[in-house]
Amino acid sequence: MSDADRPTDDVSIDDDDQDDAFEPIQVFPEGGETDLRPGADDCYKCSTCDTNCPVAEVDDEFPGPKFQGPEQWRLKRQEDHDIDESVMKCSNCMRCDSACPSSVPLSQMHNTARGEYVEERMDKLSREYVRNRILANYRRLAPLAAAFPRTTNVVMGLSATQWLGEKVLGITSQREFPEFATETFREWWAKRGGNATSKKRAREARVASDATHPSDHASGTSSREQTERGGAKVENPDKRVAYFHGCYSNYNTPEVAKALVRVYEHFGYEILVPDQHCSGTPMFANGMLADARRSAETNVRELGAALEEGADIVASCSSCSMSLRQEYPELFDIAGIEDVAANTWDAVEYLRVHEDLERALEGTSVGDEFDDFAYHAPCHARNQGLDGQTVELLERIDGVEAHDVGDSCSGISGTYGWKAENYETSMKIGSEMFEHMNDADAAQGLTECPTCSMQMEHGTGYEITHTLEVLAAALVGPDAEARAQ
Amino acid sequence: MAIEDDVLVVGGGLAGATAALAAARGDVRVRLISHRQSTLRHASGLIDVLGYAPTGEGPLADPFSAIPDLPDGHPYERVGLEAVREALELFDAVAGDAYDGAHTDANALVPTHGGTVKPTARYPTATAPGLASADGDALLVGFETLPDFDAPLAAAHLEAAGVPFDARGVTVRFPGIGRDDAKITRYAHLLDRDEVVETAAGETGARAALAETVRPHLGDEPRVGFPAILGDERAADVRRDLADRLGVDVFEVPMGPPSLPGMRLEDLLYDAVADAGVRVTTGVPVVDYETDAAETGAAGPERIERVIVDRNGSAIPHRAEQYVLATGGLVGKGVQSDRERVHEPIFDCHVPHPADRYDWFVDDVFGDQPYARFGVPVDRALRPLDADDAPEFANLHAAGAVLGGYDFAAEKSGGGVSLATGYVAGRRAAEECQ
Repeated sequence: MSDADRPTDDVSIDDDDQDDAFEPIQVFPEGGETDLRPGADDCYKCSTCDTNCPVAEVDDEFPGPKFQGPEQWRLKRQEDHDIDESVMKCSNCMRCDSACPSSVPLSQMHNTARGEYVEERMDKLSREYVRNRILANYRRLAPLAAAFPRTTNVVMGLSATQWLGEKVLGITSQREFPEFATETFREWWAKRGGNATSKKRAREARVASDATHPSDHASGTSSREQTERGGAKVENPDKRVAYFHGCYSNYNTPEVAKALVRVYEHFGYEILVPDQHCSGTPMFANGMLADARRSAETNVRELGAALEEGADIVASCSSCSMSLRQEYPELFDIAGIEDVAANTWDAVEYLRVHEDLERALEGTSVGDEFDDFAYHAPCHARNQGLDGQTVELLERIDGVEAHDVGDSCSGISGTYGWKAENYETSMKIGSEMFEHMNDADAAQGLTECPTCSMQMEHGTGYEITHTLEVLAAALVGPDAEARAQ
Repeated sequence: MAIEDDVLVVGGGLAGATAALAAARGDVRVRLISHRQSTLRHASGLIDVLGYAPTGEGPLADPFSAIPDLPDGHPYERVGLEAVREALELFDAVAGDAYDGAHTDANALVPTHGGTVKPTARYPTATAPGLASADGDALLVGFETLPDFDAPLAAAHLEAAGVPFDARGVTVRFPGIGRDDAKITRYAHLLDRDEVVETAAGETGARAALAETVRPHLGDEPRVGFPAILGDERAADVRRDLADRLGVDVFEVPMGPPSLPGMRLEDLLYDAVADAGVRVTTGVPVVDYETDAAETGAAGPERIERVIVDRNGSAIPHRAEQYVLATGGLVGKGVQSDRERVHEPIFDCHVPHPADRYDWFVDDVFGDQPYARFGVPVDRALRPLDADDAPEFANLHAAGAVLGGYDFAAEKSGGGVSLATGYVAGRRAAEECQ
């Protein structure tokens, strides 16, 4: 609560001091609502957020997060000021959030401002709006593309398609569209027998684990009870997680999702794969808050149901977990949204806390499959305190090491770097990361974010892997699925 | 399960990073957790040891000779002179040739952006040619779009402060910067990358364009001072390049906040922390702790069993043998106040302060403010003490601005206290790991 919210102070004053007594001035009307957004008043203009903004560092036109947040909010209160169009240059990396020493909810203010700008000031028939809507709603087109993956891959790779994309829609022709997998994760999951098979495999893994490590039995079956959860819950003695795979690992990189399944089943977890929509990250970044809300409603309903079944939620994409954990409760008021946020985890961190992942990795190896990596921590992992995790875990595995390439942003920021007008900015931001990757003692890249991975590959030509794939190779081996048949 | 280490340092500023480095010298696994970015980004990058005595006497020529006379409870009194020197040695090893000042016990006098001179013990090499004690007239160059540094005013202030040389200031337009409120990182990036900018003479690199902008203003001065925006990753190259082009010494005048010298110091420390094998977690706060109260009994102080890190609402347990509290002071929010009380928010360590909040301050803004000394009192092992002078916990040490008993702003002792107490806290934490 800020001082402005408090009526007066209540210090008692000696009678003979009456003349010098402090008389507070009533700044705001009696009982009236103050019109400063909560948090805007906490900004004391130290500008630390501005020094963390990757866009402001390379783009002279961008006024920076302090302006886009608290300053714009105050300006707008004057009513003759609209949201400034420069808010569309914000890439939603959310670095300003962890920069602010006063916990001003900067990215929330940016998301809100962007939503308002798009709603009120953008021409819904403009090329930019249509393009942004398409990019933000990648999830809607992906099923079609995935139905004919080979055709899509060929068509999207054609220079004519790329030329058209740039001319008609303003999608840069510099980038290659991500390939669609010939079999989506969900198709694989259904073919494999879905949740029922997972339940069976998890039980088998637990039985096998109990046989080899009988002393682990207690921690193996009761780790869920060790974690306190808000409110009354159906407690299940089984280990169960609901997997939010997100769009990208479903349609484009199912190998990441499969790696998660293998690693979790190795530790005896039953995996649920609820129905789900896009996490909303690209929609927030494009100011499409109504679209994001529809997705959030689906996700909160489906994931909430999984919580009722005693599962915790895990995500393998750092932007998806960021969205569910932070942006959902900041932006939407949907029944159960807080519960979903509070019980969503990064998939790797969940295992670190609920299992002895480090000990399990000790002395494992990944053979010739992987060599040393140039590791980039995505902004949305960094903001969740996960930036050191991958490097720490890979240290436990023999013969493979992750070299952190530093704290610069990759620059692509989801759909941001796909827009023709942002391509140059995006590559300028990324240049520091490219240089550090090239300098690192590794020729393969590693990250947890699908679009960072596109940028890493685009800027260096390196092949990019996800942390979960390395963990799966170390814990289960590359041919686990075959062996399990 | 918890995420496990031997020593857990809470706080990622100068004290926390030093504690982590000192602890990592032992055979222990160290983790550093930092919530918000540290206030190093607000800091000048200068490492002060003691510029003024608590009595106000100063500027002190030799901070080390004044340390033995400090009052009981002052952090330097707690750790002792030898620890201050050892901590500076550790810093000098980390800083390498990025910092100067190790050659003497005497304080250097560094011109600031306000035109005052500040007594300090270590300073960035980029600042060195600008020292007030150095010979040679100085031209200060400010930029129209960077109002925090008014070069003519700073020059006038320096002369009024009695520096033994002539100082002159000019204000020019920074080539390649269009907007009035460009971020300091934008200036640094332009120069780092030597981006192509548009000038009257056509397109040219930003460094050449800046040199050409300054050249007509240069008289006989052998040194030119700029606000501290001369590059970030490649700051040394930028400064050398400008010096070559102008044929004079080039120096930076510390700025802030936000401050590039502070950010460069942060990078220097975190590179060292990474090289030392310290695990670093940033972006999440430590919010709570659990003790082994049930096992301790009445015999001694409780042990902290584990601390809870809040990751966007999830409670992530972190366990260690020893903990270091280095969360900063009122600005860093390691010490917090409301209308009722002043407190340390994580472990609720005792923070002595008058019950009546009108006794927390005096009316003279520049007077001897009691609140400036608010913080956690510690024993000589830097363990926080409760109201009865007994250790709060058996395995907690505190370092840096969270400590009470000193006024770093008035004494100009912030950096030195963070280094010395961080060093001792980290070393003791490692030693006490069993």
